[in-house]
Amino acid sequence: MKQEREVILNPMCLAIPGEVLAVEDERATVDVGGVEQEVRLDTLSEDVAEGDYLLVHTGFAIQKLSPEEAQETLSLFDELIETNKQLEEEREV
Amino acid sequence: MKFKFKDRERADELVQLINRRVPDRRIKIVHVCGTHEVAITENGLRSLLPDRIDIREGPGCPVCVTPTSDLDAALKLAERGAIITAFGDMMNVPGTAKSLNELKSEGADVRLVYSVSEGAKIAENTEKQVVFLGVGFETTTPMTAAILKDDPPENFSILPSNKLIPPAMKSLLELPDNDIDGFIAPGHVSTIIGVRPYESLAEEYGVPIVVGGFEPLDILYALALIMNQISNSDPKAENGYNRAVDYEGNPKSKKLIKEVFKETDATWRGIGTIPNSGLTLNRNYEEWNALNRFEVEPEEGIEEPPNCLCPQVITARATPGECELFKEKCTPSSPYGPCMVGEEAMCNIWYRYGGRPKL
Repeated sequence: MKQEREVILNPMCLAIPGEVLAVEDERATVDVGGVEQEVRLDTLSEDVAEGDYLLVHTGFAIQKLSPEEAQETLSLFDELIETNKQLEEEREV
Repeated sequence: MKFKFKDRERADELVQLINRRVPDRRIKIVHVCGTHEVAITENGLRSLLPDRIDIREGPGCPVCVTPTSDLDAALKLAERGAIITAFGDMMNVPGTAKSLNELKSEGADVRLVYSVSEGAKIAENTEKQVVFLGVGFETTTPMTAAILKDDPPENFSILPSNKLIPPAMKSLLELPDNDIDGFIAPGHVSTIIGVRPYESLAEEYGVPIVVGGFEPLDILYALALIMNQISNSDPKAENGYNRAVDYEGNPKSKKLIKEVFKETDATWRGIGTIPNSGLTLNRNYEEWNALNRFEVEPEEGIEEPPNCLCPQVITARATPGECELFKEKCTPSSPYGPCMVGEEAMCNIWYRYGGRPKL
């Protein structure tokens, strides 16, 4: 089953994060889930440096990701949860 | 980088929040992305939520909505000796007479690629004409544009069948019998186009539209934001996937699309023609259009086979389980309609994972 999935894995909407190992002109070598992949950067607005994280779609970078933003997302989850808890408590009072 | 986007504790909190906010009636939430459907079914998210929240996949599978006319055109090009390069999922979609895979077994040169750049590379190493079947939504289109702008080999061309998500969402909202309470907008399409294109839709139709990521917590978070909007009677476009989506999207990719493509009316399998919902190569890049190069005129394709509910599934008006062919006559190894073919197609995904498991 797993093998079958790998063979027919569809790339059309899937984008996977990877870490930049090296940059040369409009191309980067990116570690995507342990596999080194050449990624084109001409679809990306920002500059890219070694150590950056990229969201990669069919061999092209579509977004620069930052660990801070990932952490921020988790904070947003918690913020929503907290706000709602407070609202509920206020209502109960 | 290790973050807990599958954290059970946070998931429970978000589910509780959704439970508190969801109105006491059936709520129909539509997402528009096969990857969302996989994440929802694979993680059993429906089983965590109250029964009255009905989550469906709309026209989120590029393979399902590619009209048979485009597929038939690709088959014609292959019969004329061109090498056809296509994403894996396209290989098994039934055209009017056959699929690409069937044509391949008859000796045509049809190759599976993972990227448009692979198609261009194949062209570099052959004298033959190489055609890339340009199927996909906004996420996939900038890559084709980048290749065409980057001096591609002369024997390379594109069969443009690229489609746009916001007009498809609009067409669903226009259906009189489609009571959609909220949309989870596709994360990676939105990485490219941003949040702005959903604003007028949310306003015009009074429907919450929240961009969602693909981890279980991302999806629960998007649902929680939708329920918040519903209970506050404040429908709007909102970003629930901040770490990968900027409000304006990806400017470079948007510019690439604009430079190479132009909007056109497009036929969506299962829906019909939607105005300005497709992209074709603009005047400056017409010579790379395989239809022009081979002088192929797309012909009206066949409709779905009788009793196939794919058109209803694609428009979020039916679930796979409502189709009498599902799992009986229609399976991934022997698909009857397009919704069973693609890995991002709702019938295929429900076949593999089950739809709404009772845990």
